[in-house]
Amino acid sequence: MSEAILIQNGRVIDPSRGIDAVQDVLVKDGVIAAVGKNLAANGAKTVDAKGLVVSPGFIDLHVHLREPGFEYKETIATGSMAAAAGGFTAVCCMANTKPVNDNASVTRFILEKAAAVNGARVHPIGAITKGLKGEELAEIGEMKKAGVVALSDDGRCVMDARVLRHAMDYAAMFGLTIVEHCEDEHLVKGGIMNEGETSARLGIKGMPAIAEDVIARRDIDIAAYLKRPVHIAHISTLGAVESVRAAKALGTAVTCEAAPHHFSLTEKSLETFDANCKMNPPLRTADDVAAVKEGLRDGTIDCIATDHAPHATWEKELEIDQAPYGIVGLETALGLSMRLVREGLFGLPRLVELLSTNPARIFSLPGGTLKEGAPADVCIFDTEKKWTVDPAEFVSLGKNSPFAGWELFGKNCLTIVGGRIVYNPSNL
Amino acid sequence: METVEKKFRGRHLLQIADLTADEIMGLLNTAYKFKDVSEREIKKVPTLRGKTIVNLFYEPSTRTRTSFEIAGKRLSADVINISTSSSSVSKGETFKDTVLNIAAMKPDAIVVRHGSPGAPAYAARIAGCSVINGGDGANAHPTQALLDLMTIHEKKGTVENLKAAIVGDILHSRVARSNINALKMFGAEVTVCAPPTLLPHGVKALGVKVTHDIREAVADKDVVMMLRIQTERMQQGLFPSLREYSEHFCLSAKVLKSARPDVLIMHPGPINRGVEIASDVADGPYSLILSQVTHGVAMRMAVLYLLCGGAES
Repeated sequence: MSEAILIQNGRVIDPSRGIDAVQDVLVKDGVIAAVGKNLAANGAKTVDAKGLVVSPGFIDLHVHLREPGFEYKETIATGSMAAAAGGFTAVCCMANTKPVNDNASVTRFILEKAAAVNGARVHPIGAITKGLKGEELAEIGEMKKAGVVALSDDGRCVMDARVLRHAMDYAAMFGLTIVEHCEDEHLVKGGIMNEGETSARLGIKGMPAIAEDVIARRDIDIAAYLKRPVHIAHISTLGAVESVRAAKALGTAVTCEAAPHHFSLTEKSLETFDANCKMNPPLRTADDVAAVKEGLRDGTIDCIATDHAPHATWEKELEIDQAPYGIVGLETALGLSMRLVREGLFGLPRLVELLSTNPARIFSLPGGTLKEGAPADVCIFDTEKKWTVDPAEFVSLGKNSPFAGWELFGKNCLTIVGGRIVYNPSNL
Repeated sequence: METVEKKFRGRHLLQIADLTADEIMGLLNTAYKFKDVSEREIKKVPTLRGKTIVNLFYEPSTRTRTSFEIAGKRLSADVINISTSSSSVSKGETFKDTVLNIAAMKPDAIVVRHGSPGAPAYAARIAGCSVINGGDGANAHPTQALLDLMTIHEKKGTVENLKAAIVGDILHSRVARSNINALKMFGAEVTVCAPPTLLPHGVKALGVKVTHDIREAVADKDVVMMLRIQTERMQQGLFPSLREYSEHFCLSAKVLKSARPDVLIMHPGPINRGVEIASDVADGPYSLILSQVTHGVAMRMAVLYLLCGGAES
């Protein structure tokens, strides 16, 4: 059994219970034992959190841990530790591994690997269709029994609306939410960056925003028709954000996430032809960035998820049309999200909602709260800590970040998962 | 000349925006001097003796590769050609490794032709010698734009404030992008003409006028540049047939009647006779197509000379 920990005098922010006050948090036997003022240590290890924020650990609904199959990019162990470093106590890993997580044995493999790691919890997301081919349903019931928390063909859109319709209906029997990568593959074929003024000038093949808009709208319509939930991954366009906003107003069970790069960068970053700015969905226009920010502020967008997509350095040094899509995100998510707080877009409680409370709710995951009896998944972060992004210092094997050299404010200091300290570099 | 040389030595030529209008005029003046070399019986000057130029071509090319090769050889440089079929690229070596290995053999300049936009820019960051963009995807083809400017300049005596039309597959054309940038640097008004499917979404960002009517495009223009149409675009569903394309966008003698009597007709080649340009127009009195090719050698001699710093050796 892990030792008891008393976190003292931190600014405790727990939107699940409307708490934002300087208090103590006592962790014991792997769960939150008490939250209140002047709690007695009674022999517990004490952590001085004065001047720091104590919040339920962050939960990332969208990461790629690459194992099995692409261990040179990332492993479950390195990804889980990178998550812990970033303040995440749980991550949901996408199914596009090799083999694909479209059956219970791959799910069990991932969970066995994860159990041996002293980092963030790892929740596998199962494939919607066999081999991510978008044709036949994967063995969803078997995977549910093995431990998947949601279903997605992420990286690919389920292009056949009939297949998606059946997937939503079938998954409902197991209480699983469908997570859609909204992208009409015909409209983006061969595309590298957002289609628009910058791609016109650079002569780079474009991926139009409408490829995301039309599928988001289609998926919302299908979900509304079936009265089933759908979660839209990495929302990036003004059109998709507006569709979600309208659907929510009508009571459709649609949720969505946004990635930090989609509210931090625009398509102009591609002017240097840097493959670290190549991702899918691509970096969009300033109008899209503004729409994503507004969505995060007004509740249209439910959570921040990183789409952490580690690649080997040499892969990102390939020609831009051959380099793979995606960037790492676990260790820069807090700092980039804190920019929105510092801009005055919203306060820290909303930030914790976006990074912890809401993601826990969307997939019904443990954590996301400091309620007594809840798993002791906690992070302590310093909102004022100024640091410079240096990918060489990432715990993740992936160093592919367009944010190298950025000065950010806000860094995670300590991470507790299930009552055990898994990250505490400055020995608080 | 002295100051022009010093400003260029050791630099890269990746896109027109790397140059100022003054520098372009410097290149033009240098190219005129070298044009004579190609007219002599002994077509060689010792200017770049002892210099090594590597043509690294990842795409098939006759004109550009030969042009750079002849340019280098007429300046007495050692010119080595590497194309994808004969290098270790076919063994799966990355672009980065190929560039680093060539760079390790200490060339003075590498000319990079590549299907991927930005590949020459990447090579420039790691090569440690001058890198010249010999065409990268649909991004840029700066030496083509420079030789086109020279061709116009020779005929008109100026490249200032021209009215120009570029007709054809603008979407996929690096020649169009570099020429638009170069012409506009000298105050040109540029009109592009193509079916909407062969124009980039966001074409306004190029700072050009747009028309789908070739008669309107050529009317009142100093220069009309035609672009090659590739059958591949038909397979991509961007237009229905070459027949229908040429019905609307072929520069025929009839269309040419809408043009000014002193219009210059250009084409970067290779031309499709009867598709984007009628045979009699290509061979006709307004056509500068072969003059462009001749100027290509002179302009590339100027570029190699100035970038490789031949004056000092």
